[in-house]
Amino acid sequence: MKVDDVPQDDARSFEGQRKALYARNENGEYTTALSSGWEAEEVVLEQALEEYSRFARQARQRVNEGLTSPLEYHMYAHRMDITLLAQATGLFRWQVRRHLRPAVFNRLTDRKLRRYQEAFQMTVDQLRTLPAEQNGQDD
Amino acid sequence: MTDFHHQQTAHCESGAVAALLRHNGLELSEPMVFGLSSALTYAYIPLVKMGGMPLLAYRMPPGRIIRGLGKRLDIRFRFERFRKPEAGTRALDRHLDAGHPVGLQASVYWLPYFPENMRFHFNAHNLVAYDREGSDYLISDPTFEHPVRADRNALQRARFVKGMLAPKGVIYYPEQLPQTADIAGAVPEAIRATANMMLRTPLPFIGVRGIRYVARHLERLSPGNEHHNRLLIGHMVRMQEEIGTGGAGFRFLFASFLQESAGLLSRDELSAAADQFTDAGDEWRRFALYAAKMLKGRSEMDYGKLAEQLRTVADMEQQGYQQLLDLNLR
Repeated sequence: MKVDDVPQDDARSFEGQRKALYARNENGEYTTALSSGWEAEEVVLEQALEEYSRFARQARQRVNEGLTSPLEYHMYAHRMDITLLAQATGLFRWQVRRHLRPAVFNRLTDRKLRRYQEAFQMTVDQLRTLPAEQNGQDD
Repeated sequence: MTDFHHQQTAHCESGAVAALLRHNGLELSEPMVFGLSSALTYAYIPLVKMGGMPLLAYRMPPGRIIRGLGKRLDIRFRFERFRKPEAGTRALDRHLDAGHPVGLQASVYWLPYFPENMRFHFNAHNLVAYDREGSDYLISDPTFEHPVRADRNALQRARFVKGMLAPKGVIYYPEQLPQTADIAGAVPEAIRATANMMLRTPLPFIGVRGIRYVARHLERLSPGNEHHNRLLIGHMVRMQEEIGTGGAGFRFLFASFLQESAGLLSRDELSAAADQFTDAGDEWRRFALYAAKMLKGRSEMDYGKLAEQLRTVADMEQQGYQQLLDLNLR
């Protein structure tokens, strides 16, 4: 890649930041060049984010229908899945999966709840409810 | 106030190590740090899943650069880990108050200065803390243009997340630097280690064989599984370009290392090899471009074409590593 070919696509996700890439100057020597983003990269980043948002939206609906606990929504809103949440809380995956059932979640002990509080950095009240829609949490 | 010179680099670990060494009087470029630690690789490990996607790596696992470089140049790094977050924060304060910048490992997700859309649960991000001011830490994050800040709670949180690659609050710094580092002398072995790993690892999903393995895998994707297939292809491009790779999955960084080595060792053939890896890097970028176009629907989804492009890359890289081995550097 030549310095002149370093993409400057002003990626939205960069929020004005730039990142360093290695590219060759006109003499063929390597140097670092700053890039404001590359569209190809932005496409795959948005794809990954959209996947979490989609799961969060679906979870929100199921919470409203009483089919799952708010935990599932918070999990996806924090860009996690069951494996990651289990690792972050130190619980087993089957435990996390069980806690997604509203009846089980509502009876969780304070000790278990604290693990989720810590993993999400949320209060118990936040944990038990869904944030208002379109406040960026679903992102 | 500790005087610390912030310099932006492409990759966090090589950048943090280069910055710490520079602060302690050993000037090494980022590509040199990356190349000398033989950090380049290709690995596709479907058994290990990250966010439901197979592990795909263009560089060796986190920690390899620090330890690899230490071994090659006889630099002793000290690592401190903590069970209690408060103890980790107190230790960090002690280092900073004594005027010693230190390397830290932290989770990208919980670092407050990361742009919202860049926050993922990657726990092995590297950064240098060089001072503190009130309840803020002053941070030289190698992947950022300018120095940044993080408050006490946020940094402690980011350093003590649990899960895969949990940092356990690690603090690291070079303990002892050699009087004179024989950089040129370390280059041949570093290059050989990379070339051997890429050509001779007896596992089908590592190195050049790994690239071909993934090409085959792409060809065999079932069209009925399109949603998953698209996610997989997107994931490949993200790992290649997005995670502080310097472009093309670290290939440009490696080419830059070869070019610098050509000067150090006065071997023009290394410049030719640098050209070869630049071309390979350009083909990696072309793969990313094709993939993004297909994902965006600007061209038709064609797994065969992507596989073909990966094979082009594999051929070029294979030639490159062979070229390096044939040089018989010593």
